[in-house]
Amino acid sequence: MRKKSINNRSRYGYWFILPFFISFIFLGLYPVIFTFFLSFQKWDGLAPEKFVAFANFKRLLTDKVFYLSIWNTLRIWLISFIPQMLMALLLSAIFTMCAVKGMKFFRAIFYLPNLLTAASVGLLFHLLFNGNKSVVNHILKAFHVSGAPFEFFNDPVFTSNLTSYIQWWMWFGYTMILVMAGITTIDRNLFDAAYIDGADRGQTFRKITLPLIRPTIVYIAITSIIGGMQLFDVPSTMSDGTGEPDKAILTVSMYLYNQGFKNHNYGYSAAVSVGLFVIICVMSLVSFKFMKGGEKEHG
Amino acid sequence: MVKITIKKWIKNILLYGFLLLLVVITLIPFYLITVNATHSSFEIVTQLNLLPGKYLMENYRKLQSYVNIWSGFFNSLLISVVFMAGSGYFGALVAFGFEKYQFKGKKFLYALLLASMMIPSQVSMIGFYRLGLKLGLVNKLITFMIPFFAPGVSSVSTIFFLRGMISQGVSTSLLEAARMEGCSEFGIFNRIVFPCIMPGVATMCIFNFVNSWNNYIGPLIMITDTKKYTMPILISLVKGIYLTNYGAMYLAVGISILVVVVVYLFCSKYIIDGLTMGAEK
Repeated sequence: MRKKSINNRSRYGYWFILPFFISFIFLGLYPVIFTFFLSFQKWDGLAPEKFVAFANFKRLLTDKVFYLSIWNTLRIWLISFIPQMLMALLLSAIFTMCAVKGMKFFRAIFYLPNLLTAASVGLLFHLLFNGNKSVVNHILKAFHVSGAPFEFFNDPVFTSNLTSYIQWWMWFGYTMILVMAGITTIDRNLFDAAYIDGADRGQTFRKITLPLIRPTIVYIAITSIIGGMQLFDVPSTMSDGTGEPDKAILTVSMYLYNQGFKNHNYGYSAAVSVGLFVIICVMSLVSFKFMKGGEKEHG
Repeated sequence: MVKITIKKWIKNILLYGFLLLLVVITLIPFYLITVNATHSSFEIVTQLNLLPGKYLMENYRKLQSYVNIWSGFFNSLLISVVFMAGSGYFGALVAFGFEKYQFKGKKFLYALLLASMMIPSQVSMIGFYRLGLKLGLVNKLITFMIPFFAPGVSSVSTIFFLRGMISQGVSTSLLEAARMEGCSEFGIFNRIVFPCIMPGVATMCIFNFVNSWNNYIGPLIMITDTKKYTMPILISLVKGIYLTNYGAMYLAVGISILVVVVVYLFCSKYIIDGLTMGAEK
């Protein structure tokens, strides 16, 4: 009797989790499998698909633009992530160790850009910087900066770094909140013990806080890599989807979009997707191992 | 004694100076949107404008004369609200199923759910498009309302977050008591569990709303019908349509981010608490 009622109840368990698995199978899993499947085919969006075995991947491995787009994405991510992390650590050290008045206000302001529509942000920065009569050039001229006005978007290095800056601006507040959340989980007694032993704030932060929030940092790094390698919205709307100048901000996602939906090489675009998937997996693993390795050295 | 006070003063000035500088850096783009959306394109090109101007209505008229921005606005609003509500309700239901019921394969299925959070959404874009063609989901806004996996956004973390809330906040004995009273399993969820975790559901709803509102690549791929364009798609086309009508373009950017800023003004506490709680897990 008892067993039967439990069996009955477990049936409800299945019913309740069903909505997730319907959505997962049709809209989560199926498209991924289909992308893998499509990467072995040639398809222009109209004619029936044609099986071409590894032809797309052979092309991918010798495609200079593909490698360039990987390097672009990685560089834009790295130049935004390192300052992001340093700023987050500095701010959370300030907020958790000094009694800052209005801490919640500052925290709320710093997080705000993270919520903005990235497509709008890309367009906004395009408007602010594009052309010699742009707002930024007017500002620079007002300060008598020599050489102004500049044609900012003719300079590949500047454009790439501007993209990193935008990413930094949008994400440092988020990273800071996560680091602060990590710090609040640390046992307060550890800090008190350190102060009693005569450690100053800097030492306490380096020797106690940093090693203990390592899991948080690993989590941030991995999710940031997964997100950063998929960067699309900001560079796309900032450069009309072209990634110009000199393909400096052409990211992998933009390249796969352009191959598929502009050139109608959906099969090849699918192969680029698979390439991106492999890169993301490898990089997540590497950062995980890297952080784990660091832990051993310290321990 | 005096020396220490002076030292403290200098330290405070440096500290707050640094924080205020960061506030300025964070807010400057918002300020520039406001200033430029209220100036004529001629003023924007010929001079540096530091204070808001008087051309807001003029810019608005110009903006509306080419594209109806509100059509994109309401499309975005519609998909975001439905996606948010569906993910909130069904997310709670799935979380409840996983937390409070025992069944075969539960561990494996939950591991699958966690793994699905790691799937990079752009990897499946091409497959999504092909699937959409087959199932007739191209140019359908309903594609973006399906909970958990819409093209370009995922709300699976809602389940993970709410499962934690249920395990902490809803006691099994309470559920047993309700069963004794003759409440059905589905009734237990609707009348007891869902109201109990409502604050958590609300927090996740805010995130899911914002994510859906900001979704660009999904609609970019799945929607070609101009009547069904969402806000980010319109924004990406603005430059091609308005050419040198800079005032109108700044205004379009302003309108597209206004909703999120307003949501944030009222809910920043929930958003930050939600982030913090999510990170602590």
